[in-house]
Amino acid sequence: MMKQWFKSGNPWIWLTAGAVSVSLILVFGLLLLIAARGLGHFWPATVWEYDYVDRDSSVIRLIGEIHDEEAVKSQRLRDAGFAIEGDKLVTRYLLKTGNRDVNGQDFRWILEPSIQQRGTPQTLMAVERREWGNLYGYLSAVQENQQTVATGSDAWASLQQRLLRTDALFAEIRQLEKGEIGSINYALERLRLRERKLELDGVVKGENDSGQYQTIQQERDALNADYAGLQKRLTDLYTAINRDQMVVTVSGGQTLTVPLAKVVRAYQPNAMSLFDKLKFYMAKLWEFVSDEPREANTEGGIFPAIFGTVMMVIIMSIMVVPFGVVAAVYLREYARQGPLTQLIRIAVNNLAGVPSIVYGVFGLGFFVYFLGGNLDQLFFPEALPAPTFGTPGLMWASLTLALLTVPVVIVATEEGLSRIPKSVREGSLALGATKAETLWRTVLPMASPAIMTGLILAIARAAGEVAPLMLVGVVKLAPSLPLDGNLPFLHLDRKFMHLGFHIYDVGFQSPNVEAARPLVYATALLLVLVIVALNLAAIAIRNRLREKYRALEN
Amino acid sequence: MAETEQKSGSSIGSAPTHAIAVDGLTRGRSALRMADETPCLKVQDLNLFYSENQALYGINMVIPARRVTAYIGPSGCGKSTLLRSINRMNDLVDGVRIEGKILLDEQNIYDKAVNVADLRRRVGMVFQKPNPFPKSIYENVAYGLRLQGVKDRRALDEVVERALKSAALWDEVKDRLYDSAFGLSGGQQQRLVIARAIAIEPEVLLLDEPASALDPISTLKIEELIYELKNSYTIVIVTHNMQQAARVSDYTAFMYMGKLIEYGDTNTLFTNPSLKQTEDYITGRYG
Repeated sequence: MMKQWFKSGNPWIWLTAGAVSVSLILVFGLLLLIAARGLGHFWPATVWEYDYVDRDSSVIRLIGEIHDEEAVKSQRLRDAGFAIEGDKLVTRYLLKTGNRDVNGQDFRWILEPSIQQRGTPQTLMAVERREWGNLYGYLSAVQENQQTVATGSDAWASLQQRLLRTDALFAEIRQLEKGEIGSINYALERLRLRERKLELDGVVKGENDSGQYQTIQQERDALNADYAGLQKRLTDLYTAINRDQMVVTVSGGQTLTVPLAKVVRAYQPNAMSLFDKLKFYMAKLWEFVSDEPREANTEGGIFPAIFGTVMMVIIMSIMVVPFGVVAAVYLREYARQGPLTQLIRIAVNNLAGVPSIVYGVFGLGFFVYFLGGNLDQLFFPEALPAPTFGTPGLMWASLTLALLTVPVVIVATEEGLSRIPKSVREGSLALGATKAETLWRTVLPMASPAIMTGLILAIARAAGEVAPLMLVGVVKLAPSLPLDGNLPFLHLDRKFMHLGFHIYDVGFQSPNVEAARPLVYATALLLVLVIVALNLAAIAIRNRLREKYRALEN
Repeated sequence: MAETEQKSGSSIGSAPTHAIAVDGLTRGRSALRMADETPCLKVQDLNLFYSENQALYGINMVIPARRVTAYIGPSGCGKSTLLRSINRMNDLVDGVRIEGKILLDEQNIYDKAVNVADLRRRVGMVFQKPNPFPKSIYENVAYGLRLQGVKDRRALDEVVERALKSAALWDEVKDRLYDSAFGLSGGQQQRLVIARAIAIEPEVLLLDEPASALDPISTLKIEELIYELKNSYTIVIVTHNMQQAARVSDYTAFMYMGKLIEYGDTNTLFTNPSLKQTEDYITGRYG
């Protein structure tokens, strides 16, 4: 009976189907977990107010969001010095109390049995600040130039109105500093390098220069004059933005004066309707994908990391495809097939298995120090000893990843080339085409879907790679994007941010790991989405090519 | 009509007097004499080796201009190999070695000075299976011209139209010149490939079993086309279908085991072969 069942092959079908189901469950479970953990972070949580019996039996007031909860054995708590009776499970909450500047810490554990009273007052306010993390408390007054202008129930409306003004001013200041003043600084640096180059070329001021020094000086004067004007505007803006403050009463009863310039947003989560919360959620989500990080990456957005990841993958693709295709064409079309080509093929396949960090080390040694160092000597001597390309940067990171992924492209392209029917090649040759013409006009276009398959695999591998990047160009916080409005627009020598490294950094290197943990999940989710998007784009292109070059099936 | 004529080429011997089963197929054709023809290609002492295996043994033959010459013989007898030697397609095979000469207009195509691409431009080829490129019908026909660097749109249009008309395909595709060539039927594809070959006006057209993958109606169309094309081109065709050889060709060569057994005008070869071996083959006694 049992034997019959085994012979029928049914157990085998169950086994295989089971394997597929388990894989699917794992993948969806993974996505669901990071999505739930990550996306929940942006929802405005209820802010609780507790009367809490502290260890020394005094009753204190605590305000904060519940961040986490767990059940602990009472024995363990007794061991830790708490006065808990009996043998039972005690719930404890991780409370995000914020106010790091007052308390010195963001989080504390509280025990369920020690809570005397709890409530969610409507007027409780959560404030997101540019420094020191969140602030929780009651709004007492709004001040303008140290003069109180609103108190009580008027204060909230007045605060929101003034915050809009400060936000606008803040955006203007940032635009001015990053954009215009940034450009002037960039141009000044360029001038300094030009001058230095003249010196290195042996052009001595006042002796054999034909007015170059003067031109540089004139340009510099003009830039400095621009800068003075901007500086004045900036000072005015700073005066304007520092006009307003708010006075907040925090949990301990102290009052705190917070300049509005330091406030990102203030909200009363307990008073918010569902619609308000949704609006808030969307705003936070948008901030996350479009803004720059704040507070050592634990707050704000991750736009530079998304941008850096995508940019690096694109540059990598641009470099890896021609290189891999050319190598594959030689191996398959021109090289004499024999033990040597077979050996090369095996070596190339094995390259794909080398640990990625090894590529990182190679990239650092060869690209950064050797190639970059020599490039600097040859083309950028004026900047030395400060390196231009002789330091980790976007170009070297992309090149290292291109090297890492080139075997995949070679293998896929060779596969594609070998699948082109002989009859098509002969058809082309019989019309008087040379081998090269046949390759360019017929064979390579027909192999392009396979080349795209190689690229898809390369992207999948490269976008998720972190280890080698830490050696060749990724940093925790890049001062500027690799693409901006200053000539030559694309700055391949700049360091950049990367989602994968961002996850590592926020998760393990952050000063406030507990607060940043949801961001780790959110960033991971985004990394997955970015890779999926890049892959879908490549797959869409491949399918179009496939349709176009559908080979003869009959 | 079935009078014995002295044949040129490698078939020498007295004329046998057997009646042949395919008699009647060649009716209505005027008698041809090799001696009256203008030679186009001359094959001289051609030996061909694949690595150590000899595939062709001392082939000698003259292929007349503007006639259809057919190679017949059992599978593996070397007829395709001989055909592919004429435009040096065998060069693509690893380890191939060739001795002897093939003269095209008195020049040896195996001479070192000969540019293979130029040779193939003069000697076009159509393969057993239709092999259009994954491009539009128009681009397929224009391929050879584009290779020669022709960019002028009007010149291309003209040639494409002329070639498609010569290949009797124009009326069927003129409304969809820019659609993929893969949308055509097998027979249409084969005529497209012929149009592609004659668009660059070769001197010789080699057809390697051009109708073997086609249905009877498409086959008939291809045969009619061959009949038309021989006014302008020297055609060499390989076929394993003897009726087809008898229908379309002016001269027929029978090959066996890499050797040219008998070669002569089609009428005589089919009705009055000079060798027993030829007779056995065309009457279906072996092969």
